[in-house]
Amino acid sequence: MAEESVKLLGYWGSPFALRVKWALKLEGIQYHYVEEDLPNKSPMLLQYNPVYKKIPVLVHDDKPLAESLVILEYIDEVWKQNPLLPIDPYERAKARFWAKFADDKCVPPVMAAFSKKGEEQERAAREARENLKTLESGLEGKRFFGGETIGFVDIAAGWIGCWARMTGEIIGINLIDAETMPLLDAWFQDFLEVPFIKEFMPPQDKLLEHCKESHKKF
Amino acid sequence: MAEEVLVFGAWGSPFSRRVEMALKLKGIEYKYIEEDLTNKSPSLLKYNPVHKKIPVLVHNGKPVAESLVILEYIDETWKDHPILPKDPYERANARFWAKFIDEKCLSAIFKACWGEHYEHEKAEKEHEKAVKEVSELLQFLENELKEKRYFGGETVGLLDIAANIIGYWLGVFEEASGAELLTREKFPKLCNWANEFVCVTAIKENLPARDKLIAYLRNRFGAGNASK
Repeated sequence: MAEESVKLLGYWGSPFALRVKWALKLEGIQYHYVEEDLPNKSPMLLQYNPVYKKIPVLVHDDKPLAESLVILEYIDEVWKQNPLLPIDPYERAKARFWAKFADDKCVPPVMAAFSKKGEEQERAAREARENLKTLESGLEGKRFFGGETIGFVDIAAGWIGCWARMTGEIIGINLIDAETMPLLDAWFQDFLEVPFIKEFMPPQDKLLEHCKESHKKF
Repeated sequence: MAEEVLVFGAWGSPFSRRVEMALKLKGIEYKYIEEDLTNKSPSLLKYNPVHKKIPVLVHNGKPVAESLVILEYIDETWKDHPILPKDPYERANARFWAKFIDEKCLSAIFKACWGEHYEHEKAEKEHEKAVKEVSELLQFLENELKEKRYFGGETVGLLDIAANIIGYWLGVFEEASGAELLTREKFPKLCNWANEFVCVTAIKENLPARDKLIAYLRNRFGAGNASK
């Protein structure tokens, strides 16, 4: 597959771009990576994603795709070496359900805990913990959401562990509780140890600095 | 093999109607259970413990929640009359726009019709801003439709079903609140599409009665921002 035919517009610190990098790595796809300067978005990004003007954007044979979960499904359908989604429709539905749950119910309160203060922050942290506990039930006791190997939900939600920990460290409130969510905690650890996952995680110290800088703005 | 398909829904909800539209399009028999959302049934809470919401599809005892997830499940389980195209890029496109409708359009439409109540001087300006936002969002959909009869091409697809909010509910919201959002002048293609959409048998049979819906909306949300 010629490198030029697949392009990814991303940002080093973005977990959403990270999802796509992981999926492309899993499928062994060569691609051209374009790092966007987010305060100063390129005309190319605005042309490829006029609706949201955000990264990540995957461009395949000049056709752009936005929204990381939509991109993951596309990657899964085009390159079939390592399926992200299971074959069974009911299992697929469960995977889509949990990926959406992570995005809609786990990510926003973690981000709110990061950016808010006082009571709003406490409320967000409580909501984050509750919803992470609910996410744990989706694991159904398995090692990964994908079973013995990484799948769609793992790639969609695995980064939350790292971000939640970092947020917890910065704001001084623990969001992932190994005691009340032992399976989720174990899953986050296992996920981050998978070689190709680890390979693409942004350097932790750089990420922590970046998060701390962002936090000062709030 | 005897198949049991249950749909837990609410008569006025575009989300549960989506599920019924897809099942009707594919000719799948199902049992419908109307939920009283102020008094949710133990079954609903059992089948959707995470969100406790409708719609829920239960297929041979296995529950699926979230309307767009359900639509994909329906398409993958019953292969007649596919609602997603074969080409991966077209499929991704349909998913993108369906997500757009749910994440951006509905709340913007709501705000333009029944937004927060501001003091009189601000109200006009906030209302204008809300209407402008809806206009921008609808323009994206107008452009996406291009010259196609339906978003799905020659036949109704997943995106058409997801756009039921635009195709029917939006007109009802407008009438109930007095807002003018989907005008023929600005959105001729979308208006044509909406007219075609509501005529498709599987769709028509699954639209809540207009008067009943208007009465419900006015009762629940008031007369609306735009009414003078």
